[in-house]
Amino acid sequence: MTLTQAEKAAVVTIWAKVATQADAIGAESLERLFFSYPQTKTYFPHFDLSQGSTQLRGHGSKVMNAIGEAVKNIDDIRGALAKLSELHAYILRVDPVNFKLLSHCILCSVAARYPNDFTPEVHAAWDKFLSSVSSVLTEKYR
Amino acid sequence: MVHWSAEEKQLIASLWGKVNVEECGAEALARLLIVYPWTQRFFSSFGNLSSPTAIIGNPKVRAHGKKVLTSFGEAVKNLDNIKATYSKLSELHCEKLHVDPENFRLLGDILIIVLASHFARDFTPACQFAWQKLVGVVAHALARKYH
Repeated sequence: MTLTQAEKAAVVTIWAKVATQADAIGAESLERLFFSYPQTKTYFPHFDLSQGSTQLRGHGSKVMNAIGEAVKNIDDIRGALAKLSELHAYILRVDPVNFKLLSHCILCSVAARYPNDFTPEVHAAWDKFLSSVSSVLTEKYR
Repeated sequence: MVHWSAEEKQLIASLWGKVNVEECGAEALARLLIVYPWTQRFFSSFGNLSSPTAIIGNPKVRAHGKKVLTSFGEAVKNLDNIKATYSKLSELHCEKLHVDPENFRLLGDILIIVLASHFARDFTPACQFAWQKLVGVVAHALARKYH
C-alpha cells in the first residue's frame, strides 16, 4: 500500500497543525484507547494511567514524535522507523491488532480538534498513512 | 443481553438527540466509501462513485446513508433489545445483500469519527466508550443471523 502524492501532501499539511498540539493529542489518543479498549492497558501494568498522568503524557509524546518522524520521512517510513520496528518485534511485541485501535483513536482526537480540516480526503489519507506506519512497525514480527 | 449503565444510556441518548440523522448518515456512508474504497463493491447500482466529490454529492449515497443511520436510531431507542431489533435486518444482510460483517465494524468506526468531528470536545473519551460499545453491539446483532 503506497501513498499517492496527493495523500502525502494531505498528511503533511495536517501534521503542521497537529504538531502544535502533539503532546496533548498523543495523551488524548491514549486516553481514548485505554477507555474504549481496556484490554490495551495490559501492555502498561507499570504505568499510572490516570487522566493527566505524567507517564501518559510522556508516552503520548513519544508516540506522536515517532509519527512526526514518519511524516518527515514520508517517502521512506520503513527507514525512518527501522529501530522502532525492531523494538516492537523483539521487545514490546504488542499484538498487531492494537495498532488499528490506536490509529482509530488518533483519528478521533484529530477529527475532534480539527473538524474543518478533517475532510473525507484527509481522513482517507491519514487512515492509509497510519496503516502504513502500523505495517512497518509489525513487519518484523515473524 | 447487553448491560448498559445509566451513564452510558445518558451519554448515548443525549448525543443522539443532537444528531442530524440525514447529514450524519450521508457523511458516514460517504466516508466509508472514500476511506475504504473496496466497500463500493456493494453499491454498483449507485452510479458515479469515481471520486470523493462524486461520492459526497451522489444522491443515492445520501439517501442510503440517511436510511442506514435512521435504522441505527432504532438501536438507540431499544438499547435493551438490540438483538431482536436487528433480527430481520441480519437475515437480509446475509441472505440477500451478502455483506461481510466486517463492514458493519468499519461503518461503526467511521460513524464514531464523524461524531468526533461534529461534537469535538463534547465527544469525550467516556462518550466514545459508550458509542463504541453501541456500534459493537449493533454490528454483532447484524451478524448474528448469518449462516
